[in-house]
Amino acid sequence: MSETKSISQQERVKIPRQKMPTQEASVRVRNFNEVALGYPEETAMREAARCLQCKRPKCVEGCPVEVDIPAFIERLREADLPGAVQSLKKDNNLPAICGRVCPQETQCEALCVLGKKGEPVAIGRLERYVADWDLTHPSPPPELPPPSGKKVAVIGSGPAGLTCAGDLARYGHQVTIFESLHAPGGVLIYGIPEFRLPKHIVHAEVNYVRSLGVEIRLNEVIGKTYTLDELLNEQGYDAIFLGTGAGLPMFMHIPGENYNGVYSANEFLTRVNLMKAYLFPNWDTPVKVGRKVAVVGAGNVAMDASRCALRLGADEVHIVYRRSREEVPARAEEVHHAEEEGIIFDFLTNPVEIYGDEKGWVRGMRCIRMKLGEPDASGRRRPLPIENSEFDMDVDMVIMALGTRPNPLVFADSGGLERTRHGTVVADERTGRTTKDRVWAGGDIVTGAATVISAMGAGKRAAADIDRFLRGEEAPVSRAEAAIRAGAS
Amino acid sequence: MYEIVAREELAPVTKLLEIRAPAVARKAQAGQFVIVRVHEEGERIPLTIADYDRERGTITLVFQEVGKTTMHLGTKQVGECLASFTGPLGLPSEIERYGTVLCVGGGVGIAPIYPIARALREAGNTVLSIIGARSKDLLFWEEKMRAVSDELIVCTDDGSYGRKALVTIPLKEMLEGGRSIDRIWAIGPAIMMKFCALTTQPFGVPLIVSLNSIMVDGTGMCGACRVEVGGQTRFVCVDGPEFDGHQVDWDQLLARQRIYLEQEKQALELWQHGHACGH
Ligand SMILES: Cc1cc2nc3c(=O)[nH]c(=O)nc-3n(C[C@H](O)[C@H](O)[C@H](O)COP(=O)(O)OP(=O)(O)OC[C@H]3O[C@@H](n4cnc5c(N)ncnc54)[C@H](O)[C@@H]3O)c2cc1C
Ligand SMILES: Cc1cc2nc3c(=O)[nH]c(=O)nc-3n(C[C@H](O)[C@H](O)[C@H](O)COP(=O)(O)OP(=O)(O)OC[C@H]3O[C@@H](n4cnc5c(N)ncnc54)[C@H](O)[C@@H]3O)c2cc1C
Ligand code: SF4
Ligand code: SF4
Ligand code: FES
Repeated sequence: MSETKSISQQERVKIPRQKMPTQEASVRVRNFNEVALGYPEETAMREAARCLQCKRPKCVEGCPVEVDIPAFIERLREADLPGAVQSLKKDNNLPAICGRVCPQETQCEALCVLGKKGEPVAIGRLERYVADWDLTHPSPPPELPPPSGKKVAVIGSGPAGLTCAGDLARYGHQVTIFESLHAPGGVLIYGIPEFRLPKHIVHAEVNYVRSLGVEIRLNEVIGKTYTLDELLNEQGYDAIFLGTGAGLPMFMHIPGENYNGVYSANEFLTRVNLMKAYLFPNWDTPVKVGRKVAVVGAGNVAMDASRCALRLGADEVHIVYRRSREEVPARAEEVHHAEEEGIIFDFLTNPVEIYGDEKGWVRGMRCIRMKLGEPDASGRRRPLPIENSEFDMDVDMVIMALGTRPNPLVFADSGGLERTRHGTVVADERTGRTTKDRVWAGGDIVTGAATVISAMGAGKRAAADIDRFLRGEEAPVSRAEAAIRAGAS
Repeated sequence: MYEIVAREELAPVTKLLEIRAPAVARKAQAGQFVIVRVHEEGERIPLTIADYDRERGTITLVFQEVGKTTMHLGTKQVGECLASFTGPLGLPSEIERYGTVLCVGGGVGIAPIYPIARALREAGNTVLSIIGARSKDLLFWEEKMRAVSDELIVCTDDGSYGRKALVTIPLKEMLEGGRSIDRIWAIGPAIMMKFCALTTQPFGVPLIVSLNSIMVDGTGMCGACRVEVGGQTRFVCVDGPEFDGHQVDWDQLLARQRIYLEQEKQALELWQHGHACGH
């Protein structure tokens, strides 16, 4: 290790980016074990040696929570793992998760100077290495300040809620998380599969948040079991953070969408991940998998659904996407892994109808070929159907992975909370304040489907602002003011 | 958590459990349901709130043992706990003063129709009721239903008790007899509700049914429960469970209920085998 410490800059840049060992594609398509195996110590040290320790590190600007990347890498280089953990956890409560699922190629690694000429430092993989070391060498929970006597309700136990709750507890407030499902973690537990994010890691992170004194109340649906107004006015909460994500599935509204064998990706992934249908019949919840499966969409959700279908025994799995390869929104690593596993990509293709048999089961899907036109509002080139190019795909199962919206259930009987026409909550980007008094929001419920780390960033900023409010350092903003602020940001 | 405080066998395959869940009991209303998980590896299944007691903080469920999960639930005794219990979910029944209403409960559907009949009666309606089951030993709550109905007709398919008829027969007779009825509720197996819809359609009386589609979360996030109503896809768990019975695509609902037949059989066999071996 000391040799890597004393090497020159030229020598550093000559070290190639270290490959991540993975399970062989032909083996992993038959199991749900983790695909990426993590760096062994030696590889981690070699990769860490590549970092130039820039004085003004660009990489940090690419990280939504501004992890002090050179600092944690330097500790790692010095073999000071406790120091590396501490440095990492200062800005990121869930590093073992982020190291695995962040789209690094568009965030921290996208801006690393080494990426200009060659390949960037594998920041995510190093983050994972340090965080995994931490999981097997637990440190005592941090000391908490004396209780403030204030109570906060956090709705939803996804990355936004967990981060906000953890920070609020560390500020000394009494925090209760309300979660509608029977297990905490949000998308980390019901959406992202075991082979990409092992659930024991999510449990460990959740337990860490519990160790800070946060109470997690499962099976309580806000909007049903309690409303927001009841929490504020009857149950004695001083403030609320809304982190309920964007869990409502979208469908295409094409004929045949309700045949047996058409799933929303949410249903398919929930059955497989949360309910462990891949362990059926030892676990009770079943799932059906076709012989030939089409997954519509090309985000992370589509990659996860297609790779689950393959592991559950499908002969052939197609990703059907209306744009081209360049526009694929999924993480590069997932697309790469999906291709290695034999997922077939049908670009510039859009379903128009699903056919069923006399018993109500899917037996085929009619699609139309697309071409790319002028860029639309989002800056991406708009896909346009090519006339008379319809063709039929022989499939017996279709999974719709078209994106999601916030679930409106949480807003029941709680006036004053402004929302956009996409159903997301209007909130100040810097503070998370909504148009309703004493209510903050962050994560996918505000941005629509985004990323784990951006949800965490929002949870963190909201926790800081809630703390300021609870300490009386700032009066609650009026609805109008909040609306203006939100509009301006 | 979610302790069973009372248990009753209403019929050989129909059980009643009263469960401590104060947060659910606080808000429960007629027509709503809960999602139950019996054990850690268990499935999430929806069951209607058959009764609630806000003071004691309890919810009453009545269920028929038809497969693995309901059979497992049927073995649970007073003092044992359920792994999870979520609710109250779905929209409550729209209880108003309609005038004369008719409540039809078939099989285990007698349980969910009871709190609706009671609420309708309390709202000042004249309540006529029909309850039916395959045979006498599957009937239950006759007295409870009589207590909240102005008139009650009891029938069995095989004639072992009450009138020998399907519930649709007295239903049709009442409508043909020119009884003025302002609204009908029918709850039971999907096939019974379908025939209630066909029977009532020509008479133009509004029919409310409570759909029992397959569910997972029960909060609108999976779409497993979707069914076409009036040509539009609706999620039963959040848009229902009650809908206009004349608008439901019954054949779609019936097909969607059969998605997991093979797996359900497998799970049941494994359970029965495990049970026979004394696990
Ligand atoms: C399949 C899939 C794969 C993904 N892969 C990646 C990836 O690789 N990298 C990445 O960065 N991002 C990924 N994402 C996106 C990322 O997971 C989300 O952006 C992130 O989880 C949002 O966090 P959140 O805390 O806002 O909401 P969520 O994680 O959605 O959590 C919300 C929680 O609130 C609960 N809830 C909802 N309504 C209520 C209510 N009324 N009462 C109580 N509780 C309620 C929900 O049950 C849930 O547990 C993926 C998403 C999916 C679906
Ligand atoms: C809103 C609602 C309220 C209900 N209320 C009652 C009630 O009060 N009493 C009662 O006895 N039954 C009720 N049911 C039906 C009950 O949920 C099913 O009988 C139960 O899920 C069967 O599970 P099982 O494992 O025992 O049987 P299985 O062998 O798994 O299934 C038997 C049949 O039950 C249905 N079913 C299976 N899994 C589910 C699921 N996850 N969700 C819904 N249906 C499923 C299917 O049609 C299946 O063919 C209700 C259903 C809904 C949707
Ligand atoms: S949290 Fe994500 S974006 Fe930030 S440094 Fe870590 S991997 Fe990169
Ligand atoms: S930009 Fe790259 S080389 Fe520079 S500090 Fe960040 S990771 Fe290291
Ligand atoms: S049960 Fe999942 S949306 Fe209705």
